[in-house]
Amino acid sequence: MIRLSIPFRQALSKLTLPVLIAGAFGLLLLGKADTVVMQRARMALADVLAPVYGLLSEPLSSVRNGVDNIRHLFTLYEDNARLRQENERLRQWQAAAQALDVENTALKANLHWIPDPAPSYVTAHVVADAGGIYARAVLLSIGPGTPVVKGQVALDDRGLVGRVTELGSRSARVMLITDISSRVPVVLENSRAHAVLVGNNGAHPRLMFWPEGSPPVEGERVTTSAEANAFPAGLPVGVVHYTSGKVAELVPYAQLDRLEMVRLFDYGMRGVLPPEATSSKPGSEVKK
Amino acid sequence: MRARRLAGIRQHATAARRLDVVARMSFPTITTAALLLLLAAPLGLPGQAQWQQAGALCCVFFWGLFRPASMPPLAVFLLGVLADLLDYAPLGLTVLTFLLAYGLALRWRRGLTRLGFLLVWFAFISVAVASAALEWAATSLLSFHFLPVGDALLEAGIAIGLYPLLAIGLTRAHQTIADPDLA
Repeated sequence: MIRLSIPFRQALSKLTLPVLIAGAFGLLLLGKADTVVMQRARMALADVLAPVYGLLSEPLSSVRNGVDNIRHLFTLYEDNARLRQENERLRQWQAAAQALDVENTALKANLHWIPDPAPSYVTAHVVADAGGIYARAVLLSIGPGTPVVKGQVALDDRGLVGRVTELGSRSARVMLITDISSRVPVVLENSRAHAVLVGNNGAHPRLMFWPEGSPPVEGERVTTSAEANAFPAGLPVGVVHYTSGKVAELVPYAQLDRLEMVRLFDYGMRGVLPPEATSSKPGSEVKK
Repeated sequence: MRARRLAGIRQHATAARRLDVVARMSFPTITTAALLLLLAAPLGLPGQAQWQQAGALCCVFFWGLFRPASMPPLAVFLLGVLADLLDYAPLGLTVLTFLLAYGLALRWRRGLTRLGFLLVWFAFISVAVASAALEWAATSLLSFHFLPVGDALLEAGIAIGLYPLLAIGLTRAHQTIADPDLA
Protein backbone atom coordinates (compact mmCIF):
# COMPACT_ATOMS: atom_id res chain seq x y z
CA MET A 1 0.00 0.00 0.00
CA ILE A 2 1.28 3.48 -0.84
CA ARG A 3 1.70 5.54 2.28
CA LEU A 4 1.06 9.22 1.70
CA SER A 5 1.67 11.98 4.19
CA ILE A 6 -1.46 13.46 5.74
CA PRO A 7 -1.09 16.96 4.20
CA PHE A 8 -0.51 15.42 0.78
CA ARG A 9 -3.50 13.17 1.18
CA GLN A 10 -5.62 16.14 2.20
CA ALA A 11 -4.42 18.13 -0.80
CA LEU A 12 -5.24 15.21 -3.06
CA SER A 13 -8.72 14.88 -1.63
CA LYS A 14 -9.23 18.63 -2.07
CA LEU A 15 -8.42 18.18 -5.72
CA THR A 16 -10.41 15.01 -6.38
CA LEU A 17 -13.68 16.20 -4.86
CA PRO A 18 -14.25 19.14 -7.28
CA VAL A 19 -13.27 16.95 -10.21
CA LEU A 20 -15.78 14.28 -9.16
CA ILE A 21 -18.50 16.88 -8.60
CA ALA A 22 -17.88 18.07 -12.16
CA GLY A 23 -18.10 14.40 -13.17
CA ALA A 24 -21.53 14.17 -11.51
CA PHE A 25 -22.72 17.14 -13.59
CA GLY A 26 -21.29 15.39 -16.64
CA LEU A 27 -23.28 12.25 -15.80
CA LEU A 28 -26.44 14.33 -15.43
CA LEU A 29 -25.92 15.85 -18.88
CA LEU A 30 -25.05 12.50 -20.40
CA GLY A 31 -28.15 10.92 -18.86
CA LYS A 32 -30.33 13.62 -20.34
CA ALA A 33 -28.64 13.47 -23.75
CA ASP A 34 -28.46 9.71 -24.19
CA THR A 35 -31.33 7.95 -22.45
CA VAL A 36 -30.71 4.68 -24.29
CA VAL A 37 -27.30 4.12 -22.69
CA MET A 38 -28.71 4.93 -19.26
CA GLN A 39 -31.63 2.56 -19.70
CA ARG A 40 -29.28 -0.16 -20.82
CA ALA A 41 -27.06 0.33 -17.76
CA ARG A 42 -30.10 0.28 -15.47
CA MET A 43 -31.61 -2.82 -17.01
CA ALA A 44 -28.21 -4.58 -16.95
CA LEU A 45 -28.09 -4.04 -13.17
CA ALA A 46 -31.76 -5.00 -12.88
CA ASP A 47 -31.08 -8.20 -14.84
CA VAL A 48 -28.44 -9.17 -12.28
CA LEU A 49 -30.57 -8.29 -9.27
CA ALA A 50 -34.01 -9.49 -10.42
CA PRO A 51 -33.31 -13.23 -9.93
CA VAL A 52 -31.73 -12.56 -6.51
CA TYR A 53 -34.64 -10.43 -5.37
CA GLY A 54 -36.99 -13.01 -6.89
CA LEU A 55 -35.50 -15.63 -4.54
CA LEU A 56 -35.71 -13.20 -1.62
CA SER A 57 -39.28 -12.14 -2.32
CA GLU A 58 -40.77 -15.54 -1.53
CA PRO A 59 -39.66 -15.79 2.12
CA LEU A 60 -40.32 -12.08 2.56
CA SER A 61 -43.87 -12.34 1.30
CA SER A 62 -44.52 -15.38 3.50
CA VAL A 63 -43.34 -13.33 6.50
CA ARG A 64 -45.69 -10.53 5.45
CA ASN A 65 -48.56 -12.99 5.01
CA GLY A 66 -47.86 -14.40 8.46
CA VAL A 67 -48.06 -10.93 9.98
CA ASP A 68 -51.29 -10.29 8.06
CA ASN A 69 -52.75 -13.55 9.33
CA ILE A 70 -52.04 -12.58 12.92
CA ARG A 71 -53.65 -9.19 12.35
CA HIS A 72 -56.69 -10.84 10.77
CA LEU A 73 -57.18 -12.96 13.89
CA PHE A 74 -58.07 -9.82 15.81
CA THR A 75 -60.64 -8.64 13.27
CA LEU A 76 -62.16 -12.06 12.70
CA TYR A 77 -65.60 -11.19 13.99
CA GLU A 78 -66.04 -7.97 11.99
CA ASP A 79 -64.52 -9.56 8.88
CA ASN A 80 -67.00 -12.40 9.10
CA ALA A 81 -69.99 -10.10 9.39
CA ARG A 82 -68.76 -7.96 6.50
CA LEU A 83 -68.06 -10.97 4.31
CA ARG A 84 -71.49 -12.46 4.96
CA GLN A 85 -73.08 -9.19 3.88
CA GLU A 86 -70.86 -8.98 0.82
CA ASN A 87 -71.64 -12.58 -0.04
CA GLU A 88 -75.39 -11.84 -0.01
CA ARG A 89 -74.86 -8.90 -2.32
CA LEU A 90 -72.59 -10.87 -4.66
CA ARG A 91 -75.11 -13.72 -4.82
CA GLN A 92 -77.66 -11.27 -6.19
CA TRP A 93 -75.11 -9.98 -8.65
CA GLN A 94 -74.20 -13.50 -9.69
CA ALA A 95 -77.83 -14.21 -10.58
CA ALA A 96 -78.01 -10.95 -12.52
CA ALA A 97 -74.72 -11.66 -14.30
CA GLN A 98 -75.81 -15.15 -15.31
CA ALA A 99 -79.08 -13.84 -16.73
CA LEU A 100 -77.23 -11.08 -18.60
CA ASP A 101 -74.67 -13.55 -19.90
CA VAL A 102 -77.38 -15.77 -21.37
CA GLU A 103 -79.09 -12.75 -22.90
CA ASN A 104 -75.78 -11.44 -24.25
CA THR A 105 -74.95 -14.77 -25.87
CA ALA A 106 -78.40 -14.92 -27.48
CA LEU A 107 -78.12 -11.37 -28.80
CA LYS A 108 -74.62 -11.94 -30.14
CA ALA A 109 -75.80 -15.11 -31.89
CA ASN A 110 -78.64 -13.16 -33.51
CA LEU A 111 -76.30 -10.39 -34.63
CA HIS A 112 -73.64 -12.74 -36.04
CA TRP A 113 -71.15 -11.07 -33.69
CA ILE A 114 -67.47 -11.58 -34.51
CA PRO A 115 -65.82 -12.39 -31.17
CA ASP A 116 -62.64 -10.56 -30.16
CA PRO A 117 -59.61 -12.84 -30.33
CA ALA A 118 -58.49 -13.88 -26.86
CA PRO A 119 -55.26 -12.01 -26.12
CA SER A 120 -52.20 -14.02 -25.18
CA TYR A 121 -50.53 -13.21 -21.91
CA VAL A 122 -47.66 -14.18 -19.65
CA THR A 123 -47.66 -13.94 -15.87
CA ALA A 124 -44.64 -12.52 -14.07
CA HIS A 125 -43.56 -12.06 -10.48
CA VAL A 126 -43.10 -8.54 -9.15
CA VAL A 127 -39.67 -8.70 -7.52
CA ALA A 128 -39.00 -5.14 -6.43
CA ASP A 129 -40.20 -1.60 -6.38
CA ALA A 130 -38.47 0.18 -9.25
CA GLY A 131 -39.89 3.63 -8.80
CA GLY A 132 -37.45 5.45 -6.61
CA ILE A 133 -38.54 8.56 -4.80
CA TYR A 134 -40.10 10.47 -7.68
CA ALA A 135 -41.64 7.73 -9.81
CA ARG A 136 -44.00 4.79 -9.42
CA ALA A 137 -42.90 1.59 -11.11
CA VAL A 138 -42.25 -2.07 -10.36
CA LEU A 139 -39.60 -4.51 -11.52
CA LEU A 140 -40.70 -7.87 -12.90
CA SER A 141 -38.59 -10.97 -13.15
CA ILE A 142 -39.06 -12.65 -16.52
CA GLY A 143 -37.34 -15.74 -17.81
CA PRO A 144 -34.99 -15.29 -20.75
CA GLY A 145 -36.84 -15.83 -23.99
CA THR A 146 -40.23 -14.82 -22.57
CA PRO A 147 -42.13 -12.96 -25.28
CA VAL A 148 -42.36 -9.57 -23.60
CA VAL A 149 -42.14 -6.33 -25.55
CA LYS A 150 -42.22 -2.67 -24.58
CA GLY A 151 -45.68 -1.20 -24.43
CA GLN A 152 -47.39 -4.36 -23.23
CA VAL A 153 -50.27 -3.81 -20.87
CA ALA A 154 -49.94 -5.08 -17.30
CA LEU A 155 -52.97 -6.11 -15.24
CA ASP A 156 -53.30 -7.74 -11.86
CA ASP A 157 -56.30 -9.89 -10.93
CA ARG A 158 -58.49 -6.81 -10.46
CA GLY A 159 -57.56 -4.17 -12.99
CA LEU A 160 -55.08 -2.12 -14.96
CA VAL A 161 -51.59 -1.77 -13.46
CA GLY A 162 -49.56 -0.01 -16.14
CA ARG A 163 -47.35 -0.58 -19.13
CA VAL A 164 -43.92 -2.10 -19.77
CA THR A 165 -41.52 0.79 -20.31
CA GLU A 166 -38.08 -0.77 -20.02
CA LEU A 167 -36.96 -4.22 -20.91
CA GLY A 168 -33.87 -6.23 -20.03
CA SER A 169 -33.13 -9.85 -20.76
CA ARG A 170 -34.33 -11.13 -17.37
CA SER A 171 -36.33 -8.20 -16.08
CA ALA A 172 -38.91 -5.69 -17.16
CA ARG A 173 -39.95 -2.41 -15.62
CA VAL A 174 -43.63 -1.54 -15.53
CA MET A 175 -44.63 2.07 -15.06
CA LEU A 176 -47.73 2.23 -12.89
CA ILE A 177 -50.81 4.30 -13.72
CA THR A 178 -50.06 6.36 -10.60
CA ASP A 179 -46.69 7.58 -11.96
CA ILE A 180 -46.50 11.30 -12.48
CA SER A 181 -45.79 10.94 -16.21
CA SER A 182 -48.49 8.33 -16.83
CA ARG A 183 -51.44 9.33 -19.04
CA VAL A 184 -54.16 6.80 -19.78
CA PRO A 185 -57.12 7.51 -22.07
CA VAL A 186 -60.25 6.29 -20.25
CA VAL A 187 -64.02 6.08 -20.66
CA LEU A 188 -66.50 6.94 -17.90
CA GLU A 189 -68.80 3.96 -18.02
CA ASN A 190 -72.21 5.60 -17.38
CA SER A 191 -71.91 8.61 -19.67
CA ARG A 192 -69.49 6.97 -22.15
CA ALA A 193 -67.56 10.23 -22.00
CA HIS A 194 -63.83 10.15 -22.67
CA ALA A 195 -61.32 11.49 -20.16
CA VAL A 196 -57.62 11.24 -19.37
CA LEU A 197 -56.26 9.61 -16.25
CA VAL A 198 -53.28 11.63 -15.05
CA GLY A 199 -50.84 10.10 -12.55
CA ASN A 200 -49.63 12.23 -9.66
CA ASN A 201 -47.29 9.86 -7.77
CA GLY A 202 -50.00 9.52 -5.12
CA ALA A 203 -52.26 6.53 -4.55
CA HIS A 204 -55.15 8.06 -6.49
CA PRO A 205 -54.51 9.45 -10.00
CA ARG A 206 -56.66 12.34 -11.20
CA LEU A 207 -59.28 12.41 -13.92
CA MET A 208 -58.99 15.30 -16.36
CA PHE A 209 -60.23 16.60 -19.70
CA TRP A 210 -63.75 15.16 -19.67
CA PRO A 211 -66.22 16.84 -22.07
CA GLU A 212 -68.26 19.68 -20.67
CA GLY A 213 -71.63 18.57 -19.38
CA SER A 214 -70.66 15.01 -18.47
CA PRO A 215 -68.54 15.19 -15.35
CA PRO A 216 -67.50 11.95 -13.63
CA VAL A 217 -70.02 10.77 -11.04
CA GLU A 218 -68.94 9.53 -7.63
CA GLY A 219 -68.65 5.73 -7.71
CA GLU A 220 -68.76 5.52 -11.53
CA ARG A 221 -66.73 2.73 -13.11
CA VAL A 222 -63.85 3.78 -15.34
CA THR A 223 -62.41 1.62 -18.10
CA THR A 224 -59.68 2.13 -20.67
CA SER A 225 -60.43 3.63 -24.04
CA ALA A 226 -58.80 2.63 -27.30
CA GLU A 227 -58.43 6.29 -28.20
CA ALA A 228 -54.68 6.70 -28.66
CA ASN A 229 -54.25 3.04 -29.61
CA ALA A 230 -52.14 2.52 -26.53
CA PHE A 231 -54.65 0.37 -24.64
CA PRO A 232 -57.51 -1.87 -25.79
CA ALA A 233 -60.96 -0.62 -24.87
CA GLY A 234 -62.77 -1.86 -21.81
CA LEU A 235 -60.04 -2.86 -19.35
CA PRO A 236 -61.23 -2.13 -15.80
CA VAL A 237 -59.25 0.74 -14.24
CA GLY A 238 -61.11 1.88 -11.13
CA VAL A 239 -63.96 3.92 -9.69
CA VAL A 240 -64.42 7.69 -9.49
CA HIS A 241 -64.00 9.33 -6.13
CA TYR A 242 -64.25 13.03 -5.31
CA THR A 243 -61.87 14.46 -2.74
CA SER A 244 -63.06 16.96 -0.15
CA GLY A 245 -61.65 19.64 -2.46
CA LYS A 246 -64.02 18.54 -5.30
CA VAL A 247 -61.20 17.06 -7.36
CA ALA A 248 -62.18 14.01 -9.41
CA GLU A 249 -59.82 11.18 -8.54
CA LEU A 250 -59.77 7.52 -9.36
CA VAL A 251 -59.46 4.68 -6.87
CA PRO A 252 -57.71 1.98 -8.90
CA TYR A 253 -59.06 -1.56 -8.80
CA ALA A 254 -55.52 -2.94 -8.93
CA GLN A 255 -53.75 -3.28 -5.59
CA LEU A 256 -50.85 -1.13 -6.67
CA ASP A 257 -49.23 -0.94 -3.24
CA ARG A 258 -49.00 -4.69 -2.85
CA LEU A 259 -48.47 -6.16 -6.28
CA GLU A 260 -47.15 -9.71 -6.25
CA MET A 261 -47.94 -10.97 -9.72
CA VAL A 262 -49.04 -9.26 -12.89
CA ARG A 263 -50.22 -10.52 -16.24
CA LEU A 264 -48.63 -8.92 -19.31
CA PHE A 265 -51.10 -8.94 -22.18
CA ASP A 266 -50.11 -8.91 -25.77
CA TYR A 267 -52.84 -7.17 -27.69
CA GLY A 268 -50.99 -7.72 -30.92
CA MET A 269 -49.94 -4.06 -31.14
CA ARG A 270 -52.45 -3.51 -33.92
CA GLY A 271 -52.49 0.21 -34.51
CA VAL A 272 -50.37 0.77 -31.44
CA LEU A 273 -47.60 3.29 -31.89
CA PRO A 274 -44.09 1.85 -32.16
CA PRO A 275 -43.00 0.92 -28.65
CA GLU A 276 -39.69 2.75 -29.02
CA ALA A 277 -41.54 5.99 -29.61
CA THR A 278 -43.85 5.48 -26.63
CA SER A 279 -41.35 3.98 -24.24
CA SER A 280 -39.70 7.16 -23.03
CA LYS A 281 -42.95 8.87 -22.14
CA PRO A 282 -45.79 6.41 -22.33
CA GLY A 283 -49.07 8.00 -23.08
CA SER A 284 -47.51 11.31 -23.99
CA GLU A 285 -49.16 10.99 -27.35
CA VAL A 286 -52.54 11.55 -25.73
CA LYS A 287 -51.55 14.89 -24.26
CA LYS A 288 -53.35 17.47 -26.30
CA MET B 1 -1.45 -1.04 20.18
CA ARG B 2 -1.70 2.68 19.64
CA ALA B 3 1.14 3.17 22.13
CA ARG B 4 3.33 0.79 20.20
CA ARG B 5 2.66 2.72 17.01
CA LEU B 6 3.50 5.99 18.69
CA ALA B 7 6.77 4.51 19.90
CA GLY B 8 7.68 4.04 16.28
CA ILE B 9 7.62 0.29 16.29
CA ARG B 10 5.67 -0.99 13.36
CA GLN B 11 4.35 -4.49 13.15
CA HIS B 12 5.75 -6.54 10.31
CA ALA B 13 3.37 -6.21 7.38
CA THR B 14 2.49 -9.80 6.65
CA ALA B 15 0.08 -10.63 3.86
CA ALA B 16 -2.61 -11.49 6.37
CA ARG B 17 -2.19 -8.19 8.17
CA ARG B 18 -2.28 -6.24 4.93
CA LEU B 19 -5.46 -8.06 3.99
CA ASP B 20 -6.88 -7.17 7.40
CA VAL B 21 -6.04 -3.49 6.87
CA VAL B 22 -7.67 -3.50 3.41
CA ALA B 23 -10.78 -5.16 4.81
CA ARG B 24 -11.02 -2.60 7.61
CA MET B 25 -10.39 0.28 5.20
CA SER B 26 -13.11 -0.92 2.82
CA PHE B 27 -15.64 -1.60 5.58
CA PRO B 28 -17.47 1.77 5.25
CA THR B 29 -17.85 1.57 1.46
CA ILE B 30 -18.87 -2.08 1.39
CA THR B 31 -21.42 -1.77 4.19
CA THR B 32 -22.94 1.32 2.56
CA ALA B 33 -23.22 -0.49 -0.78
CA ALA B 34 -24.73 -3.50 1.02
CA LEU B 35 -27.25 -1.21 2.71
CA LEU B 36 -28.23 0.23 -0.69
CA LEU B 37 -28.72 -3.22 -2.18
CA LEU B 38 -30.61 -4.46 0.89
CA LEU B 39 -33.00 -1.53 0.85
CA ALA B 40 -33.66 -2.09 -2.87
CA ALA B 41 -34.91 -5.61 -2.04
CA PRO B 42 -38.67 -6.19 -1.88
CA LEU B 43 -39.04 -5.59 1.86
CA GLY B 44 -42.36 -3.84 1.42
CA LEU B 45 -41.43 -0.95 3.73
CA PRO B 46 -43.53 2.16 3.23
CA GLY B 47 -41.41 4.81 1.49
CA GLN B 48 -38.63 2.33 0.85
CA ALA B 49 -36.95 4.45 -1.83
CA GLN B 50 -36.64 7.23 0.73
CA TRP B 51 -35.15 4.82 3.27
CA GLN B 52 -32.57 3.78 0.71
CA GLN B 53 -31.43 7.29 -0.12
CA ALA B 54 -31.59 8.46 3.48
CA GLY B 55 -29.65 5.49 4.85
CA ALA B 56 -26.84 5.89 2.33
CA LEU B 57 -26.70 9.65 2.97
CA CYS B 58 -26.29 9.02 6.72
CA CYS B 59 -23.41 6.60 6.03
CA VAL B 60 -21.68 8.93 3.56
CA PHE B 61 -21.91 11.86 5.97
CA PHE B 62 -20.80 9.83 8.99
CA TRP B 63 -17.74 8.33 7.31
CA GLY B 64 -16.88 11.63 5.62
CA LEU B 65 -16.85 13.19 9.05
CA PHE B 66 -15.13 10.52 11.10
CA ARG B 67 -13.04 8.41 8.77
CA PRO B 68 -12.75 9.96 5.29
CA ALA B 69 -9.58 7.98 4.62
CA SER B 70 -11.71 4.83 4.52
CA MET B 71 -14.31 6.39 2.26
CA PRO B 72 -12.45 8.27 -0.48
CA PRO B 73 -14.36 10.62 -2.84
CA LEU B 74 -14.20 8.04 -5.62
CA ALA B 75 -16.03 5.54 -3.42
CA VAL B 76 -18.68 8.17 -2.70
CA PHE B 77 -19.00 8.76 -6.44
CA LEU B 78 -19.46 5.04 -7.15
CA LEU B 79 -21.97 4.67 -4.31
CA GLY B 80 -23.93 7.54 -5.85
CA VAL B 81 -23.92 5.82 -9.24
CA LEU B 82 -25.16 2.60 -7.62
CA ALA B 83 -27.90 4.48 -5.77
CA ASP B 84 -28.96 6.24 -8.98
CA LEU B 85 -29.09 3.01 -10.98
CA LEU B 86 -31.09 1.25 -8.25
CA ASP B 87 -33.38 4.19 -7.73
CA TYR B 88 -34.17 5.10 -11.36
CA ALA B 89 -33.35 8.70 -10.44
CA PRO B 90 -31.70 10.90 -13.09
CA LEU B 91 -28.20 9.40 -13.22
CA GLY B 92 -25.70 11.71 -11.54
CA LEU B 93 -28.11 13.43 -9.18
CA THR B 94 -27.55 11.22 -6.16
CA VAL B 95 -23.84 11.24 -7.03
CA LEU B 96 -23.95 15.02 -6.76
CA THR B 97 -25.87 15.09 -3.46
CA PHE B 98 -23.63 12.44 -1.90
CA LEU B 99 -20.48 14.29 -2.99
CA LEU B 100 -21.79 17.61 -1.67
CA ALA B 101 -22.77 16.05 1.67
CA TYR B 102 -19.35 14.40 1.83
CA GLY B 103 -17.63 17.67 0.96
CA LEU B 104 -19.49 19.47 3.75
CA ALA B 105 -18.58 16.70 6.20
CA LEU B 106 -14.92 17.07 5.23
CA ARG B 107 -15.07 20.84 5.62
CA TRP B 108 -16.73 20.67 9.03
CA ARG B 109 -14.58 17.77 10.15
CA ARG B 110 -12.07 19.72 12.20
CA GLY B 111 -14.62 21.59 14.30
CA LEU B 112 -17.45 19.11 14.39
CA THR B 113 -15.70 15.91 15.47
CA ARG B 114 -14.63 17.56 18.71
CA LEU B 115 -18.18 18.59 19.54
CA GLY B 116 -20.89 16.43 21.05
CA PHE B 117 -23.26 14.16 19.18
CA LEU B 118 -26.17 16.60 19.32
CA LEU B 119 -24.30 19.27 17.34
CA VAL B 120 -23.18 16.71 14.76
CA TRP B 121 -26.81 15.72 14.40
CA PHE B 122 -27.87 19.35 13.97
CA ALA B 123 -25.27 19.70 11.23
CA PHE B 124 -26.59 16.55 9.59
CA ILE B 125 -30.16 17.89 9.73
CA SER B 126 -29.11 20.83 7.56
CA VAL B 127 -27.33 18.47 5.15
CA ALA B 128 -30.35 16.15 4.92
CA VAL B 129 -32.79 18.99 4.29
CA ALA B 130 -30.49 20.61 1.71
CA SER B 131 -29.89 17.37 -0.18
CA ALA B 132 -33.59 16.45 -0.26
CA ALA B 133 -34.37 19.95 -1.51
CA LEU B 134 -31.65 19.72 -4.16
CA GLU B 135 -32.90 16.33 -5.35
CA TRP B 136 -36.47 17.52 -5.47
CA ALA B 137 -35.62 20.70 -7.38
CA ALA B 138 -33.31 18.98 -9.86
CA THR B 139 -35.71 16.08 -10.53
CA SER B 140 -38.56 18.55 -11.04
CA LEU B 141 -36.43 20.53 -13.44
CA LEU B 142 -35.22 17.48 -15.37
CA SER B 143 -38.68 15.91 -15.73
CA PHE B 144 -40.50 19.19 -16.42
CA HIS B 145 -43.01 18.34 -13.70
CA PHE B 146 -43.75 20.07 -10.42
CA LEU B 147 -43.17 16.99 -8.24
CA PRO B 148 -44.97 16.40 -4.92
CA VAL B 149 -43.04 18.03 -2.06
CA GLY B 150 -44.23 15.35 0.37
CA ASP B 151 -41.80 12.78 -1.04
CA ALA B 152 -38.84 15.11 -0.42
CA LEU B 153 -40.03 15.97 3.09
CA LEU B 154 -40.38 12.28 3.89
CA GLU B 155 -36.85 11.63 2.63
CA ALA B 156 -35.40 14.40 4.81
CA GLY B 157 -37.45 13.25 7.79
CA ILE B 158 -36.32 9.65 7.49
CA ALA B 159 -32.68 10.72 7.13
CA ILE B 160 -32.90 12.93 10.22
CA GLY B 161 -34.57 10.21 12.27
CA LEU B 162 -32.33 7.45 11.01
CA TYR B 163 -29.03 9.21 11.66
CA PRO B 164 -28.88 8.77 15.46
CA LEU B 165 -29.76 5.08 15.14
CA LEU B 166 -27.19 4.43 12.43
CA ALA B 167 -24.62 6.56 14.24
CA ILE B 168 -24.73 4.23 17.28
CA GLY B 169 -23.80 1.24 15.17
CA LEU B 170 -21.37 3.12 12.95
CA THR B 171 -19.55 4.70 15.92
CA ARG B 172 -19.01 1.26 17.39
CA ALA B 173 -17.74 -0.02 14.03
CA HIS B 174 -15.58 3.10 13.68
CA GLN B 175 -13.83 2.28 16.95
CA THR B 176 -13.51 -1.46 16.31
CA ILE B 177 -13.77 -3.30 13.01
CA ALA B 178 -13.38 -0.27 10.75
CA ASP B 179 -10.19 0.88 12.47
CA PRO B 180 -7.15 -0.10 10.39
CA ASP B 181 -4.86 0.64 13.37
CA LEU B 182 -6.27 -2.37 15.14
CA ALA B 183 -5.21 -4.73 12.36
